[in-house]
Amino acid sequence: MPNMRATKNPMPSQDPNVRNKNFQEVTLGYTEEMALDEAQRCLNCKNKPCVTGCPVNIHIPEFIAKVAAGDFEGAYQVISQSSSLPAVCGRVCPQETQCEGKCVRGIKGEPVAIGRLERFVADYHNAHAEGAVTRPEPNGHKVAIIGSGPAGLTCAGDLAKMGYDVTIYEALHLAGGVLVYGIPEFRLPKAIVQKEVDNLKALGVKVETNMVIGRVLTIEELKEEYGYEAIFIGTGAGLPRFMNIPGENLKGVYSANEFLTRSNLMKAYKDDSATPIQHAKNVAVVGGGNVAMDAARTAKRLGAENVYIIYRRSMNELPARKEEVEHAEEEGIIFKTLNNPVEILPTDVTDPRDPGYGWVKGIRCVEMELGEPDESGRRRPVVKEGSEFELPMDCVIMALGTSPNPLLKATTPGLDTRRRGEIVADDNGLTSIEGVYAGGDAVTGAATVILAMGAGKTAAAAMDEYIKNKKA
Amino acid sequence: MYKIVRKKSLNPTVTLMDIDAPLVAKKAKPGQFIILRVDEDGERIPLTIAGYDREKGTVTIIFQVVGATTTLLNHKNEGAYIQDFVGPLGTPSHLDGLKKVCVIGGGVGCAIALPVAQALHEMGAEVTSIVGFRNQDLVILEDEFKACSDHFTMMTDDGSYGEKGNVTVPLKEMLEKGERFDEVIAIGPLIMMKFVCLTTKEYGQKTTVSMNPIMVDGTGMCGGCRLSVGGETKFACVDGPDFDGHLVDFDEAMSRSRSYAPFERHAYEETCNLFAKEVQ
Repeated sequence: MPNMRATKNPMPSQDPNVRNKNFQEVTLGYTEEMALDEAQRCLNCKNKPCVTGCPVNIHIPEFIAKVAAGDFEGAYQVISQSSSLPAVCGRVCPQETQCEGKCVRGIKGEPVAIGRLERFVADYHNAHAEGAVTRPEPNGHKVAIIGSGPAGLTCAGDLAKMGYDVTIYEALHLAGGVLVYGIPEFRLPKAIVQKEVDNLKALGVKVETNMVIGRVLTIEELKEEYGYEAIFIGTGAGLPRFMNIPGENLKGVYSANEFLTRSNLMKAYKDDSATPIQHAKNVAVVGGGNVAMDAARTAKRLGAENVYIIYRRSMNELPARKEEVEHAEEEGIIFKTLNNPVEILPTDVTDPRDPGYGWVKGIRCVEMELGEPDESGRRRPVVKEGSEFELPMDCVIMALGTSPNPLLKATTPGLDTRRRGEIVADDNGLTSIEGVYAGGDAVTGAATVILAMGAGKTAAAAMDEYIKNKKA
Repeated sequence: MYKIVRKKSLNPTVTLMDIDAPLVAKKAKPGQFIILRVDEDGERIPLTIAGYDREKGTVTIIFQVVGATTTLLNHKNEGAYIQDFVGPLGTPSHLDGLKKVCVIGGGVGCAIALPVAQALHEMGAEVTSIVGFRNQDLVILEDEFKACSDHFTMMTDDGSYGEKGNVTVPLKEMLEKGERFDEVIAIGPLIMMKFVCLTTKEYGQKTTVSMNPIMVDGTGMCGGCRLSVGGETKFACVDGPDFDGHLVDFDEAMSRSRSYAPFERHAYEETCNLFAKEVQ
């Protein structure tokens, strides 16, 4: 008989007032007892709505049944048929709008905690699995992957398992893409990402760091000189957007990308890091997505007294994962919703040689109210007349989203892109160039880890098909 | 890992290194830059490419020892390795079609101005070089500049070598006499580039500057290197590093360049202490 309790097993977490001063992982993960108990809540229903909610169609009821039976490694094997990064997805997927959003148990209570179970299974496997990975029989074909984020890692993993000779080209000095430069340690420990990269290397995947494709080598050269038969572009959406309001270039104004890259990739949160970061007292983060939550919670951990999320719509429209918003609130982040910045105010010492010159002193905002729905279906925020106000601030972080990097477009003749720079790709990831595929944020604009993984997976299958057909 | 195949001290605080990086050497062009990390936990610093040898597969960097990272780098010797070396980054200088150019270098900026002057000389352009240093002890690359220049002027702030004064002095004299160039290309400290641009603007003389702001990734991702150019925000790493000098907001750039001044000073002192201890 299934366990009919209406609520999920709560996730054990660090106390909010302890964790907002450290960078260790916030959530601690289920114990075996919790996982067994939670797994019993699954009704194992016939039509499996949860699976349709998953971008990579993990066989969710099957893996949960294995957990319920105490066969945790068996559960991992079920998940790994569909997902190559379960330890990552269990932590960062927006389950409430995907698998758990479709769960039948969610109608009269809380859905089954699918994400927490996925994480439990992946962590169990990583802690207990032994023995070397068996390398697949090489099939004699070379493929290249540009970018080592979730799309690239997934695509590389799938192709390596099919026997391809896979090389990943990464622009930074470390593989992982947004998983290492963007998502903070307290939400996704970097050891987990490293483990996933190491697993790929064990499969025979080569990782070439410090390679900015488009500059050091072009796609043309990868095809013609290096002999890659198919290429996957998973270069993400890395170009930060700004608001174009006065004061945005003052000292103390960061893009979320810069702030997070300094802290995560360059380890500026550690006292002995060679890379500096501002330790501010009053911090405003502009935006309402996961990146905004990550930046706000990072600023708090770096010692800020007051950290504000400034978002032009209301709490209901925040695009961040529900759990991230809850965690941020618990940690003391102040939500100034229905507010929009109009100007960042400078310190008023005007001598350029004076060290007090040109820093952020405050932020001027207007209040907003929600009007008619816009093209995104969300109610459009409109300015309330005469509602201007100022808040003292010494750091402002812009988390307004990102656009794809224009470098590959600029250096690859024949690569079609849309207006904002997203690469044009069909349902299989095929771009306007034969043998060149793309997926993830580079195609969709900023989205989620799991969607990027799904795109990497689809493209891997299409690349395999393409190479096989070419052979025949 | 990237091997240091040659190291040469140009003056007490400026060092030249040839780094074994064949792929970068193959693609590098004047005006582009690289980013390096000295060791595993190092910061990423941008350095403009000072030269390259496509056959030997080496890239030349010239740096001034000003902070913790450049101090660490300067302690590496020939045959040693540096952790990361990525490039070529940025947009190459647009030199095509230039026939008469004034190249101005200030301090260690001369290291970057030199390959530009050399490229122009090879193209057959008439090159007028003005180089400036604080004093005679800091002079670098004088012979190299002379070899590729049709006209050469050496300036020092204190008059200990060449003419006394800033690089703007001979520049203004030439412009005042009616001399005009297809382009003035100025590379050096922000304050020098600012005053070169103020000087040339009076005469409507087109001027290009090479900006070297604070960067993290160097690929367009962080936006830390942003500048106001003609009222628009530009990223030096992808839109530059060369810009129309008359459009650059130098005061803002100078302010932004000091974002981490106290941190950098502290890190520099720590590193110096570390090496001092090793010596003891």
